[in-house]
Amino acid sequence: MSRARFLPLIIFGLLVAAGVWRLATPKDDRVASQLEGQKLPVFALPPALPGKPGLTSADLATGTPRLVNIFASWCVPCAAEAPVLMQLKRQGVPIDAIAIRDKPEDVAAFLAQYGDPFTRIGGDQRSQVQIALGSSGVPESFVVDGKGVIRAQHIGPIMEQDVPGILQAMEEAR
Amino acid sequence: MIAEAGLAALWLAAALAALQLALALGAGGAGGRAMGTIRAVAIAQGVLTLTAFAALIAVFLRTDLSVLLVAENSHAAKPWLYKFAGAWGNHEGSMLLWVTVLAIAGAVVAVFERHLDERTLSASLAAQAALALGFFAFLLFASNPFERLNPAPLAGRGLNPLLQDPGLAFHPPTLYLGYVGLSVAFSLAVGALVTREVGPALARAMRPWVLGAWILLTLGITAGSYWAYYELGWGGWWFWDPVENASLMPWLAATALLHSLNVLAARGGLRAWTMMLALVAFSMSMVGTFLVRSGILTSVHAFAVDPTRGSFILALLTLYIGAALALFALRIATVKEGAPFDPLSREGALVANNLFLSVILGIVLIGTLYPLIAEAATGEKLSVGPPYFNATAGPLALILAALMMIGPQLRWRRDRSAVLPRLAPGVVIGIAALVATIPIAPSIGLLPRLGLALGIGLIPASLAPLAGRALRRTPLAIWGMCLAHLGVAVALVGMASDSAFTREKLTTAVPGEQVEVGPWIVELRSIRPVAGPNWTALEAEMRASKGSGVNVLKPQSRFFTEPVTTTNEAAIETDWNGQLYAVLGAQDVATGRWQVRLWWKPFVTLIWLGGALIALGGLLALIGRWWRAFRARRRFVEAEW
Repeated sequence: MSRARFLPLIIFGLLVAAGVWRLATPKDDRVASQLEGQKLPVFALPPALPGKPGLTSADLATGTPRLVNIFASWCVPCAAEAPVLMQLKRQGVPIDAIAIRDKPEDVAAFLAQYGDPFTRIGGDQRSQVQIALGSSGVPESFVVDGKGVIRAQHIGPIMEQDVPGILQAMEEAR
Repeated sequence: MIAEAGLAALWLAAALAALQLALALGAGGAGGRAMGTIRAVAIAQGVLTLTAFAALIAVFLRTDLSVLLVAENSHAAKPWLYKFAGAWGNHEGSMLLWVTVLAIAGAVVAVFERHLDERTLSASLAAQAALALGFFAFLLFASNPFERLNPAPLAGRGLNPLLQDPGLAFHPPTLYLGYVGLSVAFSLAVGALVTREVGPALARAMRPWVLGAWILLTLGITAGSYWAYYELGWGGWWFWDPVENASLMPWLAATALLHSLNVLAARGGLRAWTMMLALVAFSMSMVGTFLVRSGILTSVHAFAVDPTRGSFILALLTLYIGAALALFALRIATVKEGAPFDPLSREGALVANNLFLSVILGIVLIGTLYPLIAEAATGEKLSVGPPYFNATAGPLALILAALMMIGPQLRWRRDRSAVLPRLAPGVVIGIAALVATIPIAPSIGLLPRLGLALGIGLIPASLAPLAGRALRRTPLAIWGMCLAHLGVAVALVGMASDSAFTREKLTTAVPGEQVEVGPWIVELRSIRPVAGPNWTALEAEMRASKGSGVNVLKPQSRFFTEPVTTTNEAAIETDWNGQLYAVLGAQDVATGRWQVRLWWKPFVTLIWLGGALIALGGLLALIGRWWRAFRARRRFVEAEW
C-alpha cells in the first residue's frame, strides 16, 4: 500500500489528459476510406443502355482523372444527386457511371428525366463490380486518377456543399 | 412565469448548497447546534430543486414554446406521456433531474442518518454540498434548462422518435436515481476518510444507499437492455455501446462495493478496498454520464457536442474525482485494517468477487476509453466492439459465476470443513448439463456452452445457503442474496442460450410467401398503412405457426415527420421457451419484394427475468435489513421506557 495508493490518482490523471486533448482538438468524424490509394480492380462492363459505350477498368487509366458514379434508376438519392453531377460536368469534370441492377429502358428514362452527365455507363447486373470496388450502396462516387488508382471515395449523394471537395480531389488526382 | 420561477428556485438552491458547504466545514467546532441548521438547509435545498424540476415538467406539459428547451425537444402533437418524459429526454432536463436527485439524497442523509458520529456526518454533508454546488453551477452557467426563446416558434421540433416509448418515461430516472444514490456512498467515504472513521458504523450507514442504488441500476440496465432489444430492431440485447458501458461500470463497482461492505459491516475488514470502491462507484457514474453526454466519447446516444460544456464537465470531474483519489492516497495508510482471515473463508470469497468485478470493470473502462486514448496517442481512429468485450469480460464473468457456487456457503474468517460436499449439487448438475449439450448442440462455441452449464449448475448452488436452515426464521437478507444469485444464474442461461441457439433469417418476401426460421413457419400475409398520433407506418401482418395454433405478428416500419425519422417497431411473440422476433424492412423498388428479418431466440427472455430477480433479491435484502433495524430500534425505545 506504499506507492500503490497513488496509482488510482495517476490513472485518473492520464484519463483527464486524454479528455483535455479531446476537447482541445476538434473532433473529425470522417474516417478515411481504406480504398484510397488502391488500384481499381480489373473489370469490363457491357453498356447499360444502347447507344452509349460500356465501362472497363482500362477506360479509367487514360492519363486524366475521372469521376466514377455508381447509381441506379431505382435509387431516390441518385435522382437528388443528378443536378449536382450535371453541374460538375459543366465545370469540366469527366464522369463515367456504373448502373447497378438496372434495366436499359429504366436507365434511359432516368437519364431523359434527370439529365445525362456520363461519358460511359457500364451495366452491373449483379453488383459484382460494385462489390469488387468496395462500394456499399448507391449512390457512391470514386475519384480515379490517370493511372487507375482510387484517390477519393464519396459515400452517398454528392450534394451542393460537397462540390468543392470533389473538385479539389479531382485537382489533387491530376 | 413558470420558467422564471423554476430558474429562481434553482439559484436559491445553489446558494443554499454553498451555505451548507460553509456550515458543514465549520461544524466541527460548533458542537451540536450547526447540525440542526445544516439539516434545515439541506431540506430547503432539496425542496427548491424539486420545485425547479416540477417547473420544467410544467412547461413541457403545457408545451410552452417560448422556452428554448421545449421548442427544441417537444411538440404540441405529442402524446402527454412523452411531453412529460420529454422534460428529461434532453441534455439540460436530464442534468436538472440529476441535480434534483442529488439534492434530495443530500436532504435524506442529513435528516435520517443515525449511524455516524457528528464529525464524519458533517464532513460527508460538506462533500455532498460540494458535489451539488458544482452541478448547480454547471446547470446555471452552461446548461440553463429555462432559457427563453424570442420569438417563440409555432411548433416544436419534437422528441427523437426512438425515445417515444413508455419505457423511456422511466428508464432514465431509474438509472439517475441509481447513479446519484451512489453519490451518497461517495460523500460518506470522503467524510470517513477526512475523519479517519472507516469502520462498521460507516458500512452500515452506506449499505442501504448502495443497495438501493444498485437495485435501481440493475432495473435500469435490465429495462434499457430490453428497450434496445425491441426498439432498435437489431435483435440484440447488449451492444457494448459507450452509453451502455457507462451504466454497466457503476453497476459493476456498486456490485463489488455491496459485497465488500458486508465484510466491513460484519468483520471490520477490507477497509481500503471498500473506500476505493465507494469512490470509484460514483466516479464511474459521473465519468459515464458526463463523458458521453459531453460528446467526448462517440456514441449513438450522444447529444450535441458543446466544447464549453465539455470543458466545464471535465473541470468538475477532475476536481471531484481528483480530490477524492488524492484524499484516499493521503489518508488510507492511516486507516486501521480489520481482523485477519484465511483465504478459504467468506472474506476470501468476497475478495475474489471484488477482484473479478474490478478487473471486469477495468476491461470495460479500457475498452470504452481506448478509442479516445488511441487517437490521442497515435492519431489512429478505431472503435472497440463486442469481440473485445466478449473475449475478455466473458471468461472472467464465467469464473465469477463458478465462484458464486461456493462463496456464499463459506464461513467467516476460516472454513475448515470439507468444501466438496457443499459444492456437489451445483457441480453435478452443471457437469450433467455440459455433457447433455454436446449431443444436443454439437457445434456451439465454448463460451456459450460453458455459460449454459455454469448457469444451470448455479441454479441449485445459489439456493444452497438456504439448505439446512429453518426457512421461516431465515433472515430476509439471506433470501435476498439467494434470489439475486439465482437471478444471475437465470440471466446467464438466457444469455448463453441466446448466443448458442438463435436462428436468424434475413430475406425478402411478397405477401403470400412463407419463411422458415427455427421451428416456426412465418407467412407474410399483407402490408398496409396505419397511422398513429404523430407517425404513419407500414404494418406487415405475419402469421407464425409451429405445428399447432397461429400467432399474428405485426411489425411496423414507422415514419415520423417531426423530426423526419424512420424507426422499425419489431413484433415479438413470446412463447414459454423463447421469442420470435420480426422486423419489417424496406421494399426493394426494383422487385417489389419486402425485406423481412426474423429471429427465433430460445429462452432469451430469461436474460431480463434474471435481471428482475437480481433486483428483487436486492429489494428483499433492503427490506429485511430495514425491518431488523426498525425492530431493534423499537426494542431499544421500549427498554428506555
